[in-house]
Amino acid sequence: MTQPRRLPQGGRIDRSRELAFSFNGRPLQGYAGDTLAAALLANDVRLVARSFKYHRPRGIVGAGAEEPNALLQLGGGGHTLPHQRATQVELYAGLEAVSVNGWPSLEFDLMAINSRLAGLLPAGFYYKTFMWPQRFWGRYEHQIRRAAGLGRAPMEADPDRYDKTHVHCDVLIAGGGPAGLAAALAAGRSGARVILADEQAEFGGGLLGSREQLDGRPATDWVKAAVAELRGLPEVRMLPRSTVFGYYDHNLLTIAERVTDHLPPGISAGPRQRLWRVRAGRVVIAAGAIERPLVFGNNDRPGVMQASAVSTYLNRYAVAPGRAAAVFTNNDSAYRSALDLLDAGVEVAAVVDVRLRVDGELPARVRAAGIAVHSGYALVDVQGGKRVEGARLMALDSDGRGFSSAYPVGLRCDLIAMSGGWSPAVHLHSQSGGKPRFDETLAAFVPGTSCQAEVSVGAARGCFDLSGCLQEGFEAGAAAARAQGFEARPGAPMPAAVIIAQAPMMPMWRVPSWRGVKGPKQFVDFQNDTSAADIALAAREGYRSVEHVKRYTALGFGTDQGKLGNINGMAILAETLGQDIPSTGTTTFRPPYTPVSIGTLVGRTVGDLFDPLRKTAIHEWHVEHGAEFENVGQWKRPWYYPRQGESLDQAVYRECLAARRTVGVMDASTLGKIDVRGPDAAEFLNRVYTNGWTKLGVGRCRYGLMLGEDGMVMDDGVTARLADDHYYMTTTTGGAAHVMGWLERWLQTEWPDLKVYLTSVTDQWATVAVVGPQSRGVLAALCQDIDFAAEAFPFMAFREGTVAGVAARVFRISFSGELSYEINVPADYGRHVWEAVMAAGAAFDITPYGTESMHVLRAEKGFIIVGQDTDGSVTPDDLGMSWILAKNKDYLGRRSLLRPDSVRTDRKQMVGLKTLQPGFVLPEGAQLVDDPDAAKPVPMLGHVTSSYHSPCLGRSIALALIRNGRQRHGDVVYAPLSDGRIVRAEICDPVFYDPEGARQNV
Amino acid sequence: MSESPRRESPLAGVGSQPVVGDAATVRLAERPFRGQLNLRGDVASPTFVDAVTGVLGGPLPVQPNTVADHGEVRIFWLGPDEWLIITPEGAGSDLKTVLQKALEGIHFALSDVSSGQTTLVVSGPDAGSLLSKSCTLDLHPRAFAPGQCAQTLLAGSTVLLSRLDRAHGPEFELVVRRSFADYLWRCLADGAEEYQPA
Repeated sequence: MTQPRRLPQGGRIDRSRELAFSFNGRPLQGYAGDTLAAALLANDVRLVARSFKYHRPRGIVGAGAEEPNALLQLGGGGHTLPHQRATQVELYAGLEAVSVNGWPSLEFDLMAINSRLAGLLPAGFYYKTFMWPQRFWGRYEHQIRRAAGLGRAPMEADPDRYDKTHVHCDVLIAGGGPAGLAAALAAGRSGARVILADEQAEFGGGLLGSREQLDGRPATDWVKAAVAELRGLPEVRMLPRSTVFGYYDHNLLTIAERVTDHLPPGISAGPRQRLWRVRAGRVVIAAGAIERPLVFGNNDRPGVMQASAVSTYLNRYAVAPGRAAAVFTNNDSAYRSALDLLDAGVEVAAVVDVRLRVDGELPARVRAAGIAVHSGYALVDVQGGKRVEGARLMALDSDGRGFSSAYPVGLRCDLIAMSGGWSPAVHLHSQSGGKPRFDETLAAFVPGTSCQAEVSVGAARGCFDLSGCLQEGFEAGAAAARAQGFEARPGAPMPAAVIIAQAPMMPMWRVPSWRGVKGPKQFVDFQNDTSAADIALAAREGYRSVEHVKRYTALGFGTDQGKLGNINGMAILAETLGQDIPSTGTTTFRPPYTPVSIGTLVGRTVGDLFDPLRKTAIHEWHVEHGAEFENVGQWKRPWYYPRQGESLDQAVYRECLAARRTVGVMDASTLGKIDVRGPDAAEFLNRVYTNGWTKLGVGRCRYGLMLGEDGMVMDDGVTARLADDHYYMTTTTGGAAHVMGWLERWLQTEWPDLKVYLTSVTDQWATVAVVGPQSRGVLAALCQDIDFAAEAFPFMAFREGTVAGVAARVFRISFSGELSYEINVPADYGRHVWEAVMAAGAAFDITPYGTESMHVLRAEKGFIIVGQDTDGSVTPDDLGMSWILAKNKDYLGRRSLLRPDSVRTDRKQMVGLKTLQPGFVLPEGAQLVDDPDAAKPVPMLGHVTSSYHSPCLGRSIALALIRNGRQRHGDVVYAPLSDGRIVRAEICDPVFYDPEGARQNV
Repeated sequence: MSESPRRESPLAGVGSQPVVGDAATVRLAERPFRGQLNLRGDVASPTFVDAVTGVLGGPLPVQPNTVADHGEVRIFWLGPDEWLIITPEGAGSDLKTVLQKALEGIHFALSDVSSGQTTLVVSGPDAGSLLSKSCTLDLHPRAFAPGQCAQTLLAGSTVLLSRLDRAHGPEFELVVRRSFADYLWRCLADGAEEYQPA
């Protein structure tokens, strides 16, 4: 028979839609509306996992986020997800689930030997054993991880889309149970912007799994009406399948929405998951409460479940998780589960209640139904291995710390519904900065004083009656809206629930051990196999702080973050230490509340959208002409233009020779460009550059070096004087934004008296550099209104004219040492002018070149690139550029150049390097030493900053920073390479080519 | 040169035709080649204010993050002493000449940035949702209404964002630097995928 544990009727499942799925390869059937856990239980699958450390058989414990055992691997290929809580996975057709732990199989797990060796695996076992010898940890770690089985990360790229979004609201309500729905109604009716997020597919929270009534009708009828009303309110956003998982400063919260996770892979209906970053005016936390397990012998056997989970499976999914149940409790709420079981036709063997006096209304109903209630008793042991086969109980003594009977009594059952009381979900409150407070009556941590604009309501605050939840939620929603400036508007009043008085619970953090140390293990944290004895051992070994005990015993370290075990564990620690729970405290609750996929956090910032790709106006031409690109900051720049079959070296060889012999052309649009205007512009430039600017005539250009306040080289570039009060500054490509901010900062904060305005015009101008002996001819063919004769348009001058029909600024400047012109035109015409240059240059076989050739050409001339040949620790003098430091004026960084360290004579200085083997190109970054055989550590002289093969010199060249290098021209130094080779190179002047500068003065 | 120069929008690489069909709830388009002037000056100087007001036909917006419309000219507040003036296509250089003449003798800066940035238009019922994927600002009409503007980050690009609601629904204008336009377009088109009819 399929689905043998499915009840013949009831539940919120759709029996007309049967869904086939598989578990560990076994084909099974469930219904639409099931969770994977519900469908597994319907099929009487008890064993779903092996535990982390002892490989003990484990079954489903809960029905929600707290599930510690049923953590399964879903799907295959790149779509697979490890470690998914079966209790929160919606069943879909074709779902494939496998257990993550258990080798060679779940049923027959060889690693279960660990269970027999438990005495050898105490708390802190890893620290005690695998720390020695330390160098072996790498090996141990690999084996331990394999044995522990944490699921499988996909090796393939994730085929799914993820997205993220930002949203602002007046009121965010976390949790769509009765309190949350009530809050949403009150806030939503006021017109405030409301977000209601709930982790389940349906709103209603705990009501979906209960048989509560409101106004004499099923509570789910009210849920339906409330949801319908909320959907009709235009400013209310309903987010089902959405977990509020993080609460950060300034009321920033994060929500993980599982948009299409409930659909079979391949169905395109939006992103798989979406991250919501919410800035909320007020937050109402209606996250409910989590039922605590009881800590007793073998309480981890498959079939021991939360009583509330048993009710949920019965009522919501029409699944009976067993045939004969025992209920074990310390409070009244579990009696509801006993009644649910009874009404579903499941035999209830007994209710075992640790309280001596049990006289509440719910217990009375259970007794009236003829069920035995053993008050003052506790379960001490569970029989069975892969499923519960029975339990044993003993009578407790009057204070519950020992037994009044000598031997246990047996009880036949295959299901144990346990309840150790309820822990309000204080996670979000705690993440917001609040400190949970221990409530002695509830024996639970409840939210403390709010640190941010948040309030907890309903079960999340420790209110466990339905009417109270509705009332609190409604009032909190109205108050939150009011605080945001929205007055309450009338609407249907909150319905009335049947009030059933509940008798006080009796804290029972740990059932006394029946046979002392020989007794069966009493688990506190199922996911991490932490037992009560482990915590007691940690205390005996001297651990006092709950944070230390957590790390020593792994209590609460699992992916469930101790949702079930932590409070019991802390209380056991407190008992062992003989102190109270408040002074023992809780560990820190941190985001995420439940695990979040990395893809969800990343969203669409993947691939080409990972970071902006800035493109010049000529970019598409480069693409069409086969350029290879390199990233320079965020810019895409042509790196080189290979012709058919050419390598990088071959292309660069050809490009460099063209620029030196005929003419080359380069897209220089990425340089930073700043308009500097105002009567004090010259004075401003005097202050920010090391050299003088007052005497620069209109129509002329000058190279400038900018220093940081530390005197180190920060940026460089050429600035032209367009008019008396108007300069056009260029910066390095990568430094543009920083320089703009730097200059504005000085103007705004230190020199507000200077009349200077700056405007960034980097993107306004496309820059085409025409480089080489034939460049004058190319320009002359394109531009009739500028006289390009050497004397009419000298080096370091600029002219305005019309190039290829476009108004242009032409600068005669050179980064190659060749005769060269940089044409600046409005970027909309960038490609037009570039193509015109290509056409006019065709007669000279004009050759486009990229950044690699640009680097070679400038290195041949010893021109630095800030950021490559400098690293923020290099002064102008280090570069041999003292000539650019004005003596008769102040400028930024000047004083730092007088510091003792700046004037040391043995600083690292820029030099050239020629390898003795001319064909060998040193790797950039290579360290340089005087004696490679010196005793270690070998004294370092410096390193190679730039290194290329120079086509026009027919040999390798390099630039390097070497200690006292300027005094060492002619010396041979050694570069010991990572592959073991040692390369010799001679120190030389950094200007390798045309040292007189004759080529650009033609 | 006899041939008249050919100009290209920054979106030459993606094609600036709307990528999202008419049936979609969000549309993406470019308004290229508008005149754009960056103006800097001192609003404490009556000569500056009077001169600019005279030329533009109305005052500069001085409230932070607001827009002033004078006829077909839109002026965006960028900072206490900085504005962006946007004109219809072709009107930028004339306005620049007139303004420059009116401001002669005053300390100011006027830069033509028409080529340096372009305008993307996101419209339709889901326009705000699409932008919110990449923008941390509150774009709800209660918080960001027509007449307001903001210089902010959209994905990884700075933009000047403003809202121009039309009869057919919300419409946002994004002034973006030329070099980022292609990236921003691709980001928006990628985010818009879920709003396209299947």
